[in-house]
Amino acid sequence: MSTRPYFASHPGQKWVGVLLIALALAAVPFALAAVGQTWVRVVNLALLYVMLSLGLNIVVGFAGLLDLGYIAFYAVGAYAYALLGSPQFDLHLPFWVSLPIGFVAAAVFGVLLGTPTLKLRGDYLAIVTLGFGEIIRIFLNNLNAPVNITNGPQGINLVDPLKIGGFSFSKTEVIAGLSLTGPMKYYYPLMLLTVVIIALNLRLQDSRIGRAWEAIREDETAAAAMGINTRNIKLLAFAMGASFGGLAGGLFASMQGFISPESFSLLESVSVLAMVVLGGMGNIAGVILGAVLLTGLPEFIRFTVVPVQQWVFGRVVVDPEAIRMLVFGLALIVVMLVRPAGLWPSSIRKRELATRPNEVST
Amino acid sequence: MNAAAHSVRSPLLSARGVSRRFGGLQALSEVDLDIEPGEIRGLIGPNGAGKTTFFNVLTGLYRPSSGSILFDGAPLPAGVPHLVAARGIARTFQNIRLFANMSAVENVMVGRHARTRSGVLGAVLRGPGTRAEEAAIHARAHALLEEVGLARHANAIAKTLPYGDQRRLEIARALATEPKLLALDEPAAGMNASETVELKKLLLAIRERGITLLLIEHDMRLVMGLCDRVLVLDHGERIAEGKPAEVQANPAVIAAYLGVPAQGTAA
Repeated sequence: MSTRPYFASHPGQKWVGVLLIALALAAVPFALAAVGQTWVRVVNLALLYVMLSLGLNIVVGFAGLLDLGYIAFYAVGAYAYALLGSPQFDLHLPFWVSLPIGFVAAAVFGVLLGTPTLKLRGDYLAIVTLGFGEIIRIFLNNLNAPVNITNGPQGINLVDPLKIGGFSFSKTEVIAGLSLTGPMKYYYPLMLLTVVIIALNLRLQDSRIGRAWEAIREDETAAAAMGINTRNIKLLAFAMGASFGGLAGGLFASMQGFISPESFSLLESVSVLAMVVLGGMGNIAGVILGAVLLTGLPEFIRFTVVPVQQWVFGRVVVDPEAIRMLVFGLALIVVMLVRPAGLWPSSIRKRELATRPNEVST
Repeated sequence: MNAAAHSVRSPLLSARGVSRRFGGLQALSEVDLDIEPGEIRGLIGPNGAGKTTFFNVLTGLYRPSSGSILFDGAPLPAGVPHLVAARGIARTFQNIRLFANMSAVENVMVGRHARTRSGVLGAVLRGPGTRAEEAAIHARAHALLEEVGLARHANAIAKTLPYGDQRRLEIARALATEPKLLALDEPAAGMNASETVELKKLLLAIRERGITLLLIEHDMRLVMGLCDRVLVLDHGERIAEGKPAEVQANPAVIAAYLGVPAQGTAA
């Protein structure tokens, strides 16, 4: 059963609700800035990961195609943006040109990398996509000779920030008496695009295309026999998933101002997959939760581990960096043991993993 | 509405010399089959006779090693299941292949895929056209569930349904594709006597709608009571064809089933 956002039946109430949520979201960076700018950065990063996870969720959660090289599309989007807006080629295209180009380029790569894998399923598909992900990264690492395109391992520096006219999203300025830092400004376009991507995902899931993805996930042969062009529908999933990754990549490049192949390692693919799986594969709300938790939790641990140790032992016993990943890994294991279908599973995954007798429902 | 109306005399389906080999195994050899519009055709034979292989070739899951199939006046695409479905052949599976974790009504809604249009843009913008189409898909799916007697299970998860209901759900899903020919692979398997009687009624009602039926079945009483004509396969070859009573009396058929020379006629 598809998840449809449930609003109060009264249309006026609905808009009041939307307005209140919008206001609350708009206030978030100010609330966080009161605690520290770092937290605004963490939230921005979380938003990028929400976009990535939702993209990967289309491929893995909806269509059931295990993709271990998803971060390649993030890289394609990031490099497309950076190459078009940096001193590398001195192009400096505006973001409303280079972001869509990154979006489309990632979709094209999604189809290119998806095509050879169409006949593969499960483990085999995972290994091939893993290989593709690495190939893209290695290409980016080595495309600095004979012609310097990507600047190799040094990466691309001084990537243009988002800019609308004279308004740059990277500079701190005071507007109407409120001090806005770069990260606080970036929060707004990031949140806006995240909301758009969430809306797109909700609508896609509850549509003819969404049902076709689900059907392929359940039984590809039966889906084909029902008239679903499984090749095209699978490629569509790859393209849609990749394009969201590409968009997130472009935003990442503009926000960081610097990208290098190192940012697009296998570990990143695995992290995004972990967000999808831990949150609840196939369930949009679950995936968002997974992305936010897995981005926020390591940061939270980083900031609490020292005070907690001082409080318990009176001094710092273990290096915070060491304990951070340890606690993080433990948390993952515990969640997967206790909730194998994810923190907030889709109804389908819950049914799939439930061990139940073949009872008759009336 | 009767399919017979528009193609008088010429068969709906005409298979010629259809063969399929798997390595050293000749699963089908030179099978010919003509199905008239509006008939109920039986396909019988001992286990391993090649019945399901024929279904798989017919519905595009396998490419034939040789031979061709003409359907509704044009050659049937070989090895492309979704195009076969679009041309008007729907099927069920011997080992039920429902979308197990989707609800009954969602299963049938997937069956509407071939007859509906909205793509990504439609889904995202959800304009009046898309909404109307979605509503029509819903309505049609519920009507089909009603028709096969599963209306009250519309929201039940497919895999939780009892066996007989799962078979009927597969039929509803296949009907959703608006087939001209419905191919049923052992629809009565695992059904008890009263369920089989219900099934027979359902299949006759489907024929009344102008849909031609081809069924593989081991329940001989059902085959004899339902089919206009029967084709018998053994070891991938066609060994007999005719009215159920004739086929039943055919010595070659009896030999194929019992593995001994025929010694009398049953009638």
